[in-house]
Amino acid sequence: MVSSVKKTPLLEARGIHKHFVGVHALNDVTAAFYPGEVVAVMGENGAGKSTLMKCLSGVHLPSEGEIFHQGNAVTIRSVRDAEALGIAFIHQELNLADNLSVGANVFLGREPCRFGMIDETTIREKTAALIDQLGMDFSPDEQVARLSIGHQQMVEIAKALSQDAKLLIMDEPTSSLSQGETETLMKLVDQLRGAGLCIVFISHRLAEVQEIADRVIVLRDGCNSGELQREEISRDRIVAAMVGRKLNLEHHGNEIEVGEVLLKVSGLCTPLYPKHPASFELRAGEITGMAGLVGAGRTELARCLFGIDQALGGEIHVNGEVRKINCPQDAIGAAIALVPENRKEQGVVVEMSICDNVAMAGLDRHQRAGFVRDGELREVAEQTRRRLKIKAPSIDQAVVTLSGGNQQKVVLGKWISLEPKIFLLDEPTRGVDIGSKSEIYEVIEQMAKAGAAVLFISSELEEILRISDRILVMHEGQIGGELSRAEANEESVMKLATGAAQGPEC
Amino acid sequence: MNRESFGRFVRGNQKTLGVFLLLVVITGVTGLFQNSFVSQANLSNMAKWIGLYGIISVGVTFVIITGGIDLSIGSLIALTGVLTPLLLRGKGLGIPATFGVIALISLTVGLAHGLLITKMRLQPFIVTLCGLFIYRGFARTVVGDRSSGFQGEFGGLMDLLVRGKVFGVVPMPFVILIVLSIAAAILLNRTVFGRHLLALGRNEDAARFSGINTDRLKIFAYMICSLLAGLAGSLFVLENHSATPSSFGNFYELYAIAGAVLGGVSLRGGEGAIAGVLCGTALMQVSATAVFFLGVEETWKFAVIGIFILVGVTVDELLNRWAAKRRAAQRAG
Repeated sequence: MVSSVKKTPLLEARGIHKHFVGVHALNDVTAAFYPGEVVAVMGENGAGKSTLMKCLSGVHLPSEGEIFHQGNAVTIRSVRDAEALGIAFIHQELNLADNLSVGANVFLGREPCRFGMIDETTIREKTAALIDQLGMDFSPDEQVARLSIGHQQMVEIAKALSQDAKLLIMDEPTSSLSQGETETLMKLVDQLRGAGLCIVFISHRLAEVQEIADRVIVLRDGCNSGELQREEISRDRIVAAMVGRKLNLEHHGNEIEVGEVLLKVSGLCTPLYPKHPASFELRAGEITGMAGLVGAGRTELARCLFGIDQALGGEIHVNGEVRKINCPQDAIGAAIALVPENRKEQGVVVEMSICDNVAMAGLDRHQRAGFVRDGELREVAEQTRRRLKIKAPSIDQAVVTLSGGNQQKVVLGKWISLEPKIFLLDEPTRGVDIGSKSEIYEVIEQMAKAGAAVLFISSELEEILRISDRILVMHEGQIGGELSRAEANEESVMKLATGAAQGPEC
Repeated sequence: MNRESFGRFVRGNQKTLGVFLLLVVITGVTGLFQNSFVSQANLSNMAKWIGLYGIISVGVTFVIITGGIDLSIGSLIALTGVLTPLLLRGKGLGIPATFGVIALISLTVGLAHGLLITKMRLQPFIVTLCGLFIYRGFARTVVGDRSSGFQGEFGGLMDLLVRGKVFGVVPMPFVILIVLSIAAAILLNRTVFGRHLLALGRNEDAARFSGINTDRLKIFAYMICSLLAGLAGSLFVLENHSATPSSFGNFYELYAIAGAVLGGVSLRGGEGAIAGVLCGTALMQVSATAVFFLGVEETWKFAVIGIFILVGVTVDELLNRWAAKRRAAQRAG
């Protein structure tokens, strides 16, 4: 915002408190949002970002405090109330009924009717116009389940626009988007700002905040901890406000000693790209980054290497020997570990304790005649907790009560306790706050130093560039290219990821 | 219909068409071995049972689409089954008043299920399992555990609702089912209620955050299910002339659920078509009768039906996997 004269804010929250059972999630938070600006809300996980957004959009009712809409005090009791004020909330895990069509979702809850029946023609026409406005090209009749994540998000935005929203709140809109989709979204956000909307978004990605935000509101432990104007936005200042300390986000910089090849993959074809074989090697002591667009087949590759899905062809050599990996047990037998993409569904059993989760993969090693040896397990879990600095009072704490970063450390700990030689990490820092991120990087670097071969899959170019000793770029199921640390930068990676430097075989 | 829209029609109704095809094949094959299977008398008889069982399958479909289940259907049928003769003959209530009372009881039962499930947040399985025990107990107590019948009276009502045939061939229950199904299909696919029900079944948060009152929708769904089950109870007893409270309607909830699931309604919620449910119900009845016509001992009936359903859903799963694989291969081109 360039205006020096203060306009009336579109929405203003003053002195908001929110108590949950035993938790003071928001403590006297104040924030104002003006038309035609993009505001980023940042903070570590648990800082209260989502709670604040939910208070503004009618999902939660604040325990205390006032909300003003264009200067008038309002009470937002429900999503309906928020909608009536022109506030739309796009949740992180998209809230679409993917069994229904695009149009049905855009007008869900507000279906136009004729004679008691849904007026499909009107829905189709209006949805088509919105899709057009967003610069997209899918059909309003398409079933949402058949769209990519990026397009599904566009459906959410179309839904908000169809409600004539003036304030668009997005909770981590880019967390599951590829670089290309993120760019499209950023362009759209810019365009909507131009049209006079106010866009508020939560993000963990500093780069995109620097690129698009007019203002950054930082929360820490449920309190306001800083506000930065456009020209003040910098990594250091944001991080300082978020964590109140300096973080080690730089590459370890040590000269690494690359050892022998631990994993050699030749001509592996995943079910997603049956005709595009991938070949590469992982070496001891090295962190190999794997970049690529969402849908490039990175997750599928990791799943095949870990035996969750069956590869359609190709060979896997571990320590120079061909290994058949048909199931995760085979992979574990070959000293391979996978930290899966979806932490809550595939990584941990959230209701169970830290101890039980850490023990899950290694139960076989801590049993006698089928009976679990609890003492041993607890010792291992306790060691893991200390080694990975998992922030929890005890190993009996349920994983669900931990922050995203600490949950991910539990997943890492589960595998580290088995001492694997080959570590496959699929988006290990997704949804993890910045403080835990640097701790997770440290753990990964330690593992590499101890002689493990690490494959680090991530959609965040920044972190790939930071942590990798070498970068593989995947494109449509194949390794589109390999970059050394010196060669790698955003352009060179993106060029390979988009297939600009296509190999000769296709 | 041009090729493209035909293709879309087939894709959108794959399950229903598959079940329909299976239905035709079983009828045809059994007819080849036993010509009397496809006689007018047998077809008409099967149509009558399809009509009666179809009503409860259509009802439970609404509940299953919300991701819920109703296990109390059979016991509610027993309750309304013994109450119908009791109210008509014993209490001398008129026909409209009797059906009014039956409908009211059924709607109350559905409302109670819905309220317990939404407001008390109890699991549908538990709530309706308790209903299964409770209504059976009511049914037995209200008539002193003696069978409740019409004793030869109310023949006209029986003619009108169950014995009668339209054009001399189509049994009344089947006609009732068809009319009901058309109404149900319109309700599910063309009205806001149906659209919201499908959304809620797939993603309850999405529905709630779209400002939809999901609790009310669920309560409606349970009320529809119980209403149809209760009224079907009256039809079943009219067909049967009397109802023995300890056994009347036993297992009917499972027939209803099996018919819906065979017809492509997903127990995960959010997925289902009324036409499919009709085919699924028909498949249940036709295959049960076919077993009998092919000379398999009556004692084997349930085992055969069970195996049949198991094979059916296994094949369905395999076909889905095969289709997914083929789509993946096509995408990779």
